[in-house]
Amino acid sequence: MHKQIVIIGGGPAGLAAAVAAKDSGIDDIVVIERASSPGGILMQCIHNGFGLHTFKEELTGPEYAERFIRKAEERNIEILLSTFAIDITADKTVTCMSRDKGIFTIEADAIILAMGCRERPRGALNTPGYRPAGIYSAGTAQKLVNLEGKMPGSEVVILGSGDIGLIMARRMTLEGAKVKAVAEIMPYSGGLKRNIVQCLDDFSIPLLLSTTVVDIAGKDRVESVTLAKVDEKLNPIPGTEEVVKCDTLLLSCGLLPENELSQQMGVTLSPVTGGPVVDESLETSIEGVFAAGNVLHVHDLVDYVSEEASNAGAKAAEYVKGLSGKAGKGTGYKVETGNGVRYTVPTIIHPEKVSDLTTIRFRVGNVYKNPEICVYIGDRCVIRRKKMICAPGEMEQVVLKKDDIATLKDGETVKVLLENI
Amino acid sequence: MDNDCIVIGAGVVGAAIARELSRYDLKVAVLEKASDVCEGTSKANSGIVHAGFDAKPGTLKALYNVKGSLMMEQLSRELDFDYKRNGSLVLAFAPEDMDKLNELKDRGIKNGVKDIKILTGDEVKTMEPALSDDVYAALYAPTGGIVCPFGLTLALAENACVNGVSFVFSSEVENIEKTEDGFVVKTGTGEYHARTVINAAGVYADAIHNMVCEDKINITARKGEYCLYDKKVGNLVSSTIFRVPGAMGKGILVTPTVHGNLLIGPTAEDTDDKENVATTAEGIASVIKGGAVSLKSVPGKSVITSFAGLRAHSDKGDFIIGRTSVKGFYDAAGIESPGLSAAPAIGEAIAGMVSEDLGAGLKENFIATRKGIPNMAHADDETRKELIKQDERFATVVCRCELVTEGEIVNAITRPLGATTLDGVKRRTRAGMGRCQSGFCSPTVMGILARELDKPVTEITKHGKGSEFVTDHK
Repeated sequence: MHKQIVIIGGGPAGLAAAVAAKDSGIDDIVVIERASSPGGILMQCIHNGFGLHTFKEELTGPEYAERFIRKAEERNIEILLSTFAIDITADKTVTCMSRDKGIFTIEADAIILAMGCRERPRGALNTPGYRPAGIYSAGTAQKLVNLEGKMPGSEVVILGSGDIGLIMARRMTLEGAKVKAVAEIMPYSGGLKRNIVQCLDDFSIPLLLSTTVVDIAGKDRVESVTLAKVDEKLNPIPGTEEVVKCDTLLLSCGLLPENELSQQMGVTLSPVTGGPVVDESLETSIEGVFAAGNVLHVHDLVDYVSEEASNAGAKAAEYVKGLSGKAGKGTGYKVETGNGVRYTVPTIIHPEKVSDLTTIRFRVGNVYKNPEICVYIGDRCVIRRKKMICAPGEMEQVVLKKDDIATLKDGETVKVLLENI
Repeated sequence: MDNDCIVIGAGVVGAAIARELSRYDLKVAVLEKASDVCEGTSKANSGIVHAGFDAKPGTLKALYNVKGSLMMEQLSRELDFDYKRNGSLVLAFAPEDMDKLNELKDRGIKNGVKDIKILTGDEVKTMEPALSDDVYAALYAPTGGIVCPFGLTLALAENACVNGVSFVFSSEVENIEKTEDGFVVKTGTGEYHARTVINAAGVYADAIHNMVCEDKINITARKGEYCLYDKKVGNLVSSTIFRVPGAMGKGILVTPTVHGNLLIGPTAEDTDDKENVATTAEGIASVIKGGAVSLKSVPGKSVITSFAGLRAHSDKGDFIIGRTSVKGFYDAAGIESPGLSAAPAIGEAIAGMVSEDLGAGLKENFIATRKGIPNMAHADDETRKELIKQDERFATVVCRCELVTEGEIVNAITRPLGATTLDGVKRRTRAGMGRCQSGFCSPTVMGILARELDKPVTEITKHGKGSEFVTDHK
């Protein structure tokens, strides 16, 4: 089978990319989705708050997904469900497996990687203690509660204050469980401010900052966890231990872009984001292979996933139509990070390929009050914007104008940094 | 008399004994306190098939290690489990270590270990570039190997089962009474009668032995903590890397696993609680520190899990194997390292003694081979297509990290001694053993277990009663 564009993943990124590619004039598209329905992780996110930017209203996860599923249906975009991409080669041959079709391959002109991310498990945290039942990642618990209709426990401690953990603190409480505390090893939360207010404060669930789990007791089922304060180096402080009786420990300790397929095909990954290194067109180190959504870098808001993926879809369509890329491109200009900025996406800009506006998304490495977000092109400051607060849990963005990018000269870079910190 | 033999313990030693006994015309039962085979020491160890240079010549450890190690390759073909001869290195870091290294080499030669030799630091570093620059020399034993400890134990147990051995789970032995013609073994689930009893109870082998024998033995649980790393760094080393040993054992080793992960450990600390398999911050720290002695750098970010196991250390410092002061009661006790390597040979030896004492002959219809669970992850495309043609469930991926399909999971549940728990599925198929550590697949596996076992999902457990995962909404 040959397809002009193959999209790996039918979650919000994959669907938005498909819709945009189609709208950019490419008909020969297929989306590969491992689940039996499209929508990805949104289908278990039954809380509201999705779509404020895109649709100017508050939707639930499934409602938000439904909008894009409908768009894909209206455009007759082919989605292969219950189909697992098991291999992709550098020459863009995708090997898939499904019950209907067995094992088959698709040769693609362009590929959009939209596999999303996964949760960091307990093992990766090296949390000491026993390994009983009752330890779940927050997303697994969310799936059990919202999709399977089962309760993972009744007395809960949550480690990590990522957004899914915060959402699950509220969800478990509403389902009758007692959430005793959310412990966060950092001195600040990894989640959105609005989630801390709506999911913890409104339910009087304590958020314990600079606190971690130092022991898990219970041989068969979790019986208690030991919490302890940590010092600046994140090492537990002896004498601060507190045993909290519980039968469940939920983990919300970070999301990891899921790039095993990208690695198999040889795409270069960023050690900071865990996602592919991309340019302004969201094209990876392999020509004609694009990436968007949480596989690229972890987002807080699905609206930005959709926006980013639409861009990837449009750029992939341009690539297939021969409008960009294939003629060969220059090495481009580096986007560098400075003061307080942990990473940017993209990290490379090709002035000859940019659209009128280029969005650079980034995260900061700490909590900063009243910083100025600055962008320099060469030594010319083209953006200076005051913020009341910047925090690692909230993604930031700046939008560059084509005219500014056009002023880049050999040896210069684009630099994104915070000033006044 | 119900049984000719009762084997207490369904770890690798108990399973090996059961399998060897099943060659004979004997009625054999295995009593196990856990809900599955391979739930104790056998599930949490280094997975090493030691070449046999470590044990003192003349000890039972040396005898059975070398024998077992030589049996392993053929056994892996007969019983279809993962085994690889990857070679092992014992590192020396200073000229002072050379005496010890030479002593190990001489022991190896006395124990009958083949092709063992000492390499210079440069030779070692060429062979294993990830090793520390401080390596001075190493003892190289090309016959050292790695094995899947679950795969080995399950294969032995399944084969025993197919050959007529009955396995009784969740049956902890509470008391053993000697009668005129045998034994009455009392468990929480009932009484079992047998002419002979074989003690393969791991860290509890002293309790079992002391129920029957006047000459008491003592087994100390010696905890070992490990860190397991992502397959992305699984080829950091190709051989198993030991260091010149200390008083408590062989020290922290670094090894690829037979499935392509990297394993570092174990620590060694005696514990009074024989159920204490909790990892500790100190233990994990010393694993990492130990790994950093042998390696240029430990791939800290790539850790996917840590775990602890208990070695059954006998005061005697050697295996306790064979006939005891009480006729009909046999020990396979104090089986610490190199117990995994030695297990097939221990099984053969004990079965030999028991069958001789009972005057039992070999069965005519013994089935010597066993076919494992199909493995989609490692199959070529033709095999994969063939499996999907036979059963389309082999096309539904359940565990994305290790590429395990519904077909494999159903096979694991429905085969002889099939899995009844999530851990059981995990050890048989690797579903949940990958980098996401079952976050993605556990709800699906729970569902498949419930369906295949015809139970509500609320009764599905991690490793037996008390380890249930979910309840219904209130």
